Order: sequence, then C-alpha cells, then structure tokens
Amino acid sequence: MDPVTLSRWQFGLTTVYHFLFVPLTLGLGWFVAYMQTRYYQTRDESWRKLAKFWGKLFLINFAIGVVTGIVQEFQFGMNWSEYSRYVGDIFGAPLAIEALMAFFLESTFLGVWIFGEGKVPEKVHLAAIWLVAIGSNLSALWILLANGWMQHPVGYVINEVTQRAELVDFFALAANPKGWLFFWHTIVSGFATASFLILGISAYHLARKQYVTEFKRSFQMAALVGLIASTLLFFSGHTNGQYMFETQPMKFAAIEAHWETSQPAEFSILTIGDLTGKREVWSIRVPKVLSFLACNNFDCEVRGVYDIQDEYAAKYGPGDYIPLMVVTYWTFRFMMTVGLLMILLSFLFLVATLKPYENAKWMKWVPWVLVLPYIANSSGWILTEMGRQPWIVQGLLTVEQAVSPNLTTLDLLISLLGYTVVYGSLAGAMFYLMKKYAVAGPDAALHESVDVEPEGGSLGDALPIGAQD
Amino acid sequence: MSYESLQILWFILIAILWIGFYFLEGFDFGVGMLLPFLGKKDEERRAIINTIGSVWDGNEVWLLTAGGATFAAFPHWYATMFSGFYLALFLLLIGLILRGISFEYRSKDSNRAWRNRFDWMIAIGSFLASLLLGAAFANLARGVPIDENMMYTGNLFTLLNPYGLIGGLTTVTVFVLHGANFLGLKLEGELRERVHKLSKKIYVAAAVITTLLLVATYFYTDITSKLGVNPGATPIASYLALLVTIFFINRKMEGWAFIMTALHIVLTQVTFFMLMFPRVMISSTNPAYSLTIYNASSSQYTLTVMSIVALIFVPIVLAYQGWSYYMFRKRIIADKQHLIY
Repeated sequence: MDPVTLSRWQFGLTTVYHFLFVPLTLGLGWFVAYMQTRYYQTRDESWRKLAKFWGKLFLINFAIGVVTGIVQEFQFGMNWSEYSRYVGDIFGAPLAIEALMAFFLESTFLGVWIFGEGKVPEKVHLAAIWLVAIGSNLSALWILLANGWMQHPVGYVINEVTQRAELVDFFALAANPKGWLFFWHTIVSGFATASFLILGISAYHLARKQYVTEFKRSFQMAALVGLIASTLLFFSGHTNGQYMFETQPMKFAAIEAHWETSQPAEFSILTIGDLTGKREVWSIRVPKVLSFLACNNFDCEVRGVYDIQDEYAAKYGPGDYIPLMVVTYWTFRFMMTVGLLMILLSFLFLVATLKPYENAKWMKWVPWVLVLPYIANSSGWILTEMGRQPWIVQGLLTVEQAVSPNLTTLDLLISLLGYTVVYGSLAGAMFYLMKKYAVAGPDAALHESVDVEPEGGSLGDALPIGAQD
Repeated sequence: MSYESLQILWFILIAILWIGFYFLEGFDFGVGMLLPFLGKKDEERRAIINTIGSVWDGNEVWLLTAGGATFAAFPHWYATMFSGFYLALFLLLIGLILRGISFEYRSKDSNRAWRNRFDWMIAIGSFLASLLLGAAFANLARGVPIDENMMYTGNLFTLLNPYGLIGGLTTVTVFVLHGANFLGLKLEGELRERVHKLSKKIYVAAAVITTLLLVATYFYTDITSKLGVNPGATPIASYLALLVTIFFINRKMEGWAFIMTALHIVLTQVTFFMLMFPRVMISSTNPAYSLTIYNASSSQYTLTVMSIVALIFVPIVLAYQGWSYYMFRKRIIADKQHLIY
C-alpha cells in the first residue's frame, strides 16, 4: 500500500478510536458535577455514592481519551505536513487556543478533583469537577471549529506569494456555522452517550436488586436527559444536514445515494449499488422526503452526484470527486436508525419510571442499550470525514496533496502496527476496569483498592476491590 | 506591532513553552524513571506517584501547547520537524501514552503483577520520552538534512548519531537528578533518606555526561561559531548550577538542590534557543536552506490574533496552575492511611 492510503488508515483509525471515548467524557462530566452538587446541597449519602461511582467510570474513560488525544495534535505535522504548510496559518490557531483555553483547564482541575478531596475546601473540590466538564467541552468547541473550517473554509485568502491559505478574518473562523453546528450535535451526543451508559449500568444493578435507591435515581435522571438529548440530536442532525446541503452538496447527495438531480427529490430507504459503489442496482425510495430533509420544503430541487461531479470536474480539473458512497450511505443509515431507536427507548424508559418499575422483567435486557450511542457516534464521525473525500479542505486541497512527502511505506507500517498494538492493549485494560467497577457498584468506588494483594498471588485472580478493607 | 517583532515575540513564546515544559515535566519524567527502583513496597510506589499525581497531566499540556503554538505561529517549522522526525516522535508518543495511562490505571486493581507492569510502563515511557526529546533537541542544534523545499531528507538513523545520543542520555540523567531533587522536597520518612542517598550517585552520572555534551557541542555543532544571539555567560551559569547541586545535596538542602537543577535545565534551554535564533531548524545540507522565524512563520494577521489570545490566557493559566502547586505543597508520607489512591 502507498503512504497516502496508509496515512489515511492511520488517521481514520486513531481518530475513530479517540472519538470512542470523547463523547462519554463530554457528557458524563456534567452528570458527575451535578451529582456532587446535589450531595453538597443535601448531604444525602446516596448522591455521594452516585458521584463517586460515576466519577470512577468517568476517570477510567477520561484517561484513555487524554493519551489518545496527544496523537491527534501531533499527526497533522507528522503525516500531513503539506496540509500543515498550506493551512497552518489558519488551522494552527484553533489548535493552539484549544490547548491554552481548554487542555490546561481540564488537566489541572482534574488533578485537583482526584487528589483534592479533604485537602482543598469542599467548594473548591466541587468547582474543580465543573471546571473539568467546562474544559473538556471547550476543547470540543475549538477542535470542531478547526474541523468545521476543513469542511467549510471561511475567513481566508489564498496568498500567491507564500502559496498558501492565510487567515484574514478570525471571527469568521470562530463563528463558522459549520463548526458551531458540529459542536451542538457533539455536545448533545455527549449527553446522550452518558445517559445510555448510565441507563445500561443502572439497569444491571436494578435487575440484581442492588443499590436500588441510588440506581433508581440515576436511571430516572438518565432516561429524562437521554430523551431530551436524543431528541435534540435529531434536530441538530437535521440542521447539520441542511447546512451540508448548502455547503457540501456532494456529501449530501452521496449520503442519500442521490444519483440524478431531481425536483422534488425522493428519499432512499434502501439502495444496493454495484461493486464500484458508483452505480445503482436496485432501490426503494419514498417521494419528496429528501427535498424536505434538504430544505424543509417538499418540492425543492436536490442536485445529484453525477451533476455535481461534472461541475467539480469543470471547476477543479479532471478527477473523481465522489466519496466512497457505500460508506457514506450506510453510516448515515446506521446513525439515523440507532438515533431514532434511542429516542424511542429513552421515551419508553421515562414512561416506565412513572410507575414502580424496578422489578420489571425487561430490566435485565436494558444493559445492552449502552452500545447504541457508540454505534451512532462512530458512524456519524466516519460519515462526516469520509463524505468530504477526496478533499482534506473542501474545495482547496485534496488528501493526496496533503500527505507528508518524505514518509515511506515502512515508516507507516511501523507506526500503524505500533498504534494498533498499543491501542488494542489500552482498550483491553480499559474495558476490564470499566466492567469491574461498573459491576462492583458504588461501595467499591468509595473504598479504593488501597492494598496490593499478598505476595505470591497469581496473575488474573485479582481480589475483588474493596474486599480487603 | 511590526511583522518582525511579532515573529521574534513568537519565537520567544515558544521558547518559554519549551523551557516551562522541560522544567516541569523534567522532574515528573525523572520521578517516573525512578519509580520502580526507588519504591520497594506498594505504598512507597504510590507515595512516589502521588508527588506528581495532581500535576503531571497539566505539565504535559505545556508540550501540547508548544506543539499547537508552533503549528499556529510557524507552520513550516511544525511541518518540517514533525514529518522529519516521524518515527522518533511516534516513539515519543508511545512513551507518553504508556506513562499517561499507567498513572491512572495502576492502582485500580489490587493484582500485584498488574501494578508492577504499569509501574514499569511509567518508567519506560518516561525514559523513552526523555531520551527522544534530548536526541531531537541535540539534532536541532547540530542541524539535520533539509532540502531547498524545507523537506527533511534523512531518516530515523540520521538522528541516531553520537551527538544525538549524547543529547538524549544527558536529558535522561539530568531529568532523573531533577526528579530525585523534587522527590527530596516532596517525600517524608524513610523514602526521603533513600532518595537522598541515591541522588548523590545520580549526580555523578549527570555531571559526567553533561560535561561530555558540552565538549561534544563544541566539536559537532556550528552553533558555537554561528551565534544567533551571543549567550554570554548563560551556558557557563547553567553548567555551574549543575555542579553546585552536589553541595546542596550533601547538606540536605533539598529546596536549593531542586532550584539548582531547575536553573540548569532552564539555562540550558535558554542557551539552546539563543544559539538557534533566528533559525528554527538548521539545514546540514546547505545553511541557506535553514528554516528561520522569517521564512517559516504565519502571516502578520495570525500572529497578531494569537498574541492577543496568549496575552489573555497565559496569565490565567499560570495563575491557576501555580495555585494548584500551592494547594498540594505538603510532603507525602508512604503510609496507607494518608495516601490517596
């Protein structure tokens, strides 16, 4: 494989992997902050247990998000040096601001939160977790403004002398609707992800009749927040789609397998393409719905993939401007289906909580819902990034032009293999810890495993946490 | 501000970020490397980790900010260096990942092998990161093959020259000494005694290899003949600061010993950036191909925007990070009742 393909795979894998952990960090931080605030106000032990329990899971997840985030910031220069040269004047700014404004805030106050209990005043300890939540969400804002610029470049000129794109209007970059729409969508997806994790784990304990007071509380809270968040996800997704229709018509058409321009446009429920992914074999379609998705109007014109391809070829020179449609089409449908299912489920859970529900038979199946947001989040991210292909910056620079020219296939095989092995092991350790603490319940989170097991203990049969003290 | 003064300002700001990173993360890399050797019992190891537990992540952000600021202010520097040092940076990232995750995960299971494995990952990750940073900076001073298009034309082995290796090993030993001095300040009881004994030995290694680096710099680099800014007595002061450390170690004046290694690290970095100026990457192929603050920088507009951002946020960051150090200023005892896991 050539360095461009390998660099793309590496960026794709490391980014999707990183984004597995990010939404939970974004959402769960607010929950923990809220629970700790409730304890601070009411002195109700259950709130303290909840804050500790979810706080522990938050930390296990946070750590892996942090360490995989460092790779993200470095690999623009490492793998995409020509991209960095061409747009660094613009793209570097939000990254630097992210570090200054958000990374310092979240990392410093996370340290205060972990180590400060009983050492700093309680109010300060409480403020620390709020600052962590604010910091991580601020970091999402700046990185999404950076990504928004790649999807919809604004506030720049091409400087003929330096042969690169240069920033002329910082406020256009900071107010780019693309970035803000991504931000809202990502923030609510954070709330939804956290809600579904909480629903799943709470249900696990409720089905076993453990810590009923605590987990009923978190279940109810998560059902409500989950319903609000997944409904908002639907609307923010819809707005994102409409703005995409305006700014990235090719991506929009590719998502819908919309081949030919039509007015009104029909929505594809199921399309089977041929092996090239660029010709349709068979499909089921509903009239007018795509027009509505594009512009809130059942009769507007939606341009098709072939038309846009011709337009781009005339504008940017000969080339293939159609993204890999089998990916854009299906990731969109995964995201939508799962998203709708999340609205439905959280609604049903919320209704169920109006009556006594903790003994319900269905409770033992609920833990599985926690996989849903992960499917939707990954699909959405792959969709938005692959839908931009072949561009790295829409209309300005292609991925092929952006890669570091000095890298060899061997360099990339080494790094790709290395990341795979390390990230794989991290996932194993993280999954093991998450499961252990989630299953053990709040008491284990209160009493940490201070003691190491006695000498001579063999690998793999760790003492249950909290059992020693 | 004029374009040129902005370029100079950003060179200085990035230098400060690197200096801050070396000073702060220098001791927590050192603490990481010492961890499995110094801590015999589990609670001792936990006490050692807790000396940096609340701050290491914030310290590491100095590196991220240095990276981000280089990207924003000198995109060509960022592009050439990061793509050129590809495998070295990849290994640095692996080191940072291993160590970062281990701080969080090592105490979350009571299994002895589990904890031991993460402790070693902290040490190995810290070692790898220090070695590679040192090697990278030594190569920056020495010059690396760069062509007329600002493209690095070497590979990983180009960086593994004797001078690069000496630079790497110097950084490792100096960080270990700096870490030991920091632990002397932060620990209490038997561990404090143990660190004290150990730091005398580390001092000898650090002093010898730093002297070697000094001599090698004279022979391997051109930066002594092509001064950017004349560093004057800075390198001498830096070397003396390291040498007098032993005086304070012997007298158990831990605060002063720490200040001296801190001074040594800071002044060494200051010397480096003064000698480099206005170059940011020296081409060993042809001096004319070197990247400078003038040909590698962002536009005047971007530098102005970033200056305003930095002016607002740097003081805020310094204030709360300083406050967090103040909050956790107490010494730590290796005793289960008092340790936070």
